[in-house]
Amino acid sequence: MIRKPLRPLATIIKARATGQNPDAIEKENIRKRHEEMRDTSRVRAEGRLLVLGVAFLAAFSVIGIRMAGLAGSEAAEPRASASGARILAQRADIVDRQGRILATNLETFSLYAQPHHMIDKERVAKELVSIFPDLNEQRLLKDFTGKRKFLWVRKKLSPEQKQLVHDIGDPGLLFGPREMRLYPNGKLAAHILGGAGFGREGVNAAEVIGVAGVEKTFDEALRDPANGGKALTLSIDLTVQAAIERVLYGGMKLLNAKGAASVLMDVHTGEVLSLVSLPDFDPNDRPRPLVEGDAADSPLFNRALQGVYELGSTYKIFTAAQAMELGLVNANTVIDTKGPMKVGGHRIGEFQNKNYGKLSVTDIIVKSSNRGTGRMALEIGPKRQQEFLKTLGLFEPTPIEIVEASGGQPLLPAKWTDLSAVTVSYGHGLSSTPLHLASAYASLANGGLMVKPTILKRTSPQEGPRVLSERVAAESVTMLRKVVTEGTASFGEVPGYYVAGKTGTADKPKPTGGYYDDKVINTFASVFPAHDPKYVLVVTLDEPVETSGKKPRRTAGWTAVPVAAEIIERVAPLLGLRPQVEPVELTDITLASH
Amino acid sequence: MTEMVYGALPVRDVEPILPKWWRTLDKWTMSCILMLFGIGLLLGLAASPPLAEKNGFDHFHYVLRQSVFGGAALIAMFTTSMMSPKLVRRLAVLGFLGAFLALLMLPFFGTDFGKGAVRWYSLGFASIQPSEFLKPGFVVVAAWLMAASQEINGPPGKLWSFMLTVTIALILVMQPDFGQACLILFAWGVMYFIAGAPMALLVAMMCLVIVGGMVAYNSSEHFARRIDGFLSTDVDPTTQLGYASNAIREGGFFGVGVGEGQVKWSLPDAHTDFIIAVAAEEYGLVLVLAIIVLYAIIVARSFLRLMRERDPFIRLAGTGLAAMFGVQAMINMGVAVRLLPAKGMTLPFVSYGGSSLIAGGIAVGMLLAFTRSRPQGEIGDILRGHYR
Repeated sequence: MIRKPLRPLATIIKARATGQNPDAIEKENIRKRHEEMRDTSRVRAEGRLLVLGVAFLAAFSVIGIRMAGLAGSEAAEPRASASGARILAQRADIVDRQGRILATNLETFSLYAQPHHMIDKERVAKELVSIFPDLNEQRLLKDFTGKRKFLWVRKKLSPEQKQLVHDIGDPGLLFGPREMRLYPNGKLAAHILGGAGFGREGVNAAEVIGVAGVEKTFDEALRDPANGGKALTLSIDLTVQAAIERVLYGGMKLLNAKGAASVLMDVHTGEVLSLVSLPDFDPNDRPRPLVEGDAADSPLFNRALQGVYELGSTYKIFTAAQAMELGLVNANTVIDTKGPMKVGGHRIGEFQNKNYGKLSVTDIIVKSSNRGTGRMALEIGPKRQQEFLKTLGLFEPTPIEIVEASGGQPLLPAKWTDLSAVTVSYGHGLSSTPLHLASAYASLANGGLMVKPTILKRTSPQEGPRVLSERVAAESVTMLRKVVTEGTASFGEVPGYYVAGKTGTADKPKPTGGYYDDKVINTFASVFPAHDPKYVLVVTLDEPVETSGKKPRRTAGWTAVPVAAEIIERVAPLLGLRPQVEPVELTDITLASH
Repeated sequence: MTEMVYGALPVRDVEPILPKWWRTLDKWTMSCILMLFGIGLLLGLAASPPLAEKNGFDHFHYVLRQSVFGGAALIAMFTTSMMSPKLVRRLAVLGFLGAFLALLMLPFFGTDFGKGAVRWYSLGFASIQPSEFLKPGFVVVAAWLMAASQEINGPPGKLWSFMLTVTIALILVMQPDFGQACLILFAWGVMYFIAGAPMALLVAMMCLVIVGGMVAYNSSEHFARRIDGFLSTDVDPTTQLGYASNAIREGGFFGVGVGEGQVKWSLPDAHTDFIIAVAAEEYGLVLVLAIIVLYAIIVARSFLRLMRERDPFIRLAGTGLAAMFGVQAMINMGVAVRLLPAKGMTLPFVSYGGSSLIAGGIAVGMLLAFTRSRPQGEIGDILRGHYR
């Protein structure tokens, strides 16, 4: 840019020549430049002021429009439930495999108080106590007269209670809409469903969150609006569940057991059709967890998948199956079970100190010989035994989608010695849950494929890794069938359903070490029907006693087996199984095993 | 001939003050301001009795005080508007220095009235909020510095004014009074924009403001809580905002009727920060829109007149004052309709509050003084062919 000089030489010289003051020329030029600058800056500012003015007018218009929008919209009582409706029907239902409701939602109201709006605090406290007898009048009055401006009185109200509170007519008592979780079947399938409680709470709504069971496992999916309230379908069959609970409860009472558990599982799909743990609870009104004592005594405790027990002789079939799989024995190989037998300085005894002498492998299972399986386990060796049991899933918590399952961590021997191998072979020294046992038996029953137990409905069988050859799996089931026809589980015979299974009687360990003489865990792990296994049923009774005889009887054959037989008799028709009455089938099986 | 004999009649070369004032004054702006003041009194009648009752005063205690302060504010406004821009500038700079000192002394002599921020001096019968008085003075000082920088061989006034702005904003943030700090920053930004800020810098500064807001959000709990309350979609009906937006809804287009409003009983700040909610509830959308239009007219008129102004100082100072006035109103109303997070900002000339009223009177008086019509070299423009 060429700048015009403030003292242009030509003008200055001319001025000097005429005797004028050249400084005046400079001043004049400065003034002119200043004027020019002001002009340009004003032009620029004019444009910018215009922009600014438009921006201001736009902002004022936005506020005005917003005001008009607000003024035009419907007025809402600040305390009423305008936003509550949005949250309703948020949590998806849970249904059984046939679509019957297991858990759904119900609209209800909670009761809260704003003491500073209350007119007659003493009367309100008195009337509230007469409606809800579990409230404490003194405490209420203290809360009302204190500094608090807000307090919850009741989380859920029945319509009758709401009307009664309404009739008190005090402006300080207010209702907030709520959605509550309802389990219409009450105690049925309580341990599977778990329960739900309130999460974040506001006046107008509260979050319903799962606190246990599948409600907790699938909490996010159930609440996810993206799922559009699609119901969660479980593998449970409500009718079967109800029948099993009924029979198991009867059996538990009859046999004076302090607890019982059962698992019914489809051997091909791994679906758990029923899972019962007694004593149970009502998920609509979950009891509080025990603060002292053994958590396992709480009705909240799920024995079927949290309770780890030494499940006794039911393990023997695994030892036999592995020995056959490895080619060490076949069903007819004769093994000497004569005592005494010492391993690692410990005597291995038989039930009631019997001595069976020489037994075939089948008879070892049928008669439940500890020494027989022990000898097989020594042949197999601790290492291979561990590997096999691991592939059956007996070393990890069960992968079932119920949140408590992670608590069912099996207890393993600290060091897997020869002695451990022998005791584990007949189900001592290794504790696992009834569900573990059920899924391991399912692998035997379905022809040797590993299955993972699941609580969700499936339509196709699981194609798990093979753990046993089909031949060995079939021979194992044949052996289990003989346990029922001629062995320790003779009460387990249900005409037409060909039950196969293995009993297990394990002494309960004392918390101080060693074992009780008169406290046992009785288990019957069964498979039916034996010629084409479809289901596995595991029944476990905690401390049962059968007292019809002269002496109290505590073996599984007298306790768990008849209960399981009763369950199968009731449930098999419900599952759509036809009883097979042709005697041909029966002889076929007996022939094969001779 | 007579003149030659008796000499010329003594002609006053200066026009009398009052006629000149009346002739050159922007009468639109002034009438709008007077109307706002009237509305303020009217709403005070509605909004303040509950508070007076609560504090054990006479029913119209606060209305009375409001009219006293309002009278003082009007006097201040008229007096200021009669001054010449140069006099305004001199007094404003002095006032600014005084207010700045008072602001610095706040942590030692101030009181917080139990509101969690030390912003006031208590004088017994009344309280003074120095930041209210600081604002108009600040605008003038900043405009002066910026205008000086535009002169040939002028000082780096833009930088100085920026440093001053940041200092004041920091002091205000420490109180904490984020609302006033934002207002100060905004006013400076507007003036800088008019003074010819490069566009790239403007964009960069906008980013800086956003980042600063985030830092404030993360470091100050007081601030974060308010923002959170604003951002949460489900407004808790028991908060001030909940009551305010509900009051606007209740009012509808024509209001629930004079004295029938409920919101003034629930909101502690009904007569100051949420006066617009009271207006909306009792008189409806009609009055609210009228108020908005009044503010818009004041701002637009001032800008229009300042577009003609050739003197950079007057232009900048006038713009700053008008923008600050408009934005303060905007923030106050924006909060009530939940366009903006809650800020303790009064509605100029309408809300109750002595400091706010008198300082507002002074500010508007200055604005009126700056927007008075003056010869702007129109003849020269015409001669040069620039006239439009």
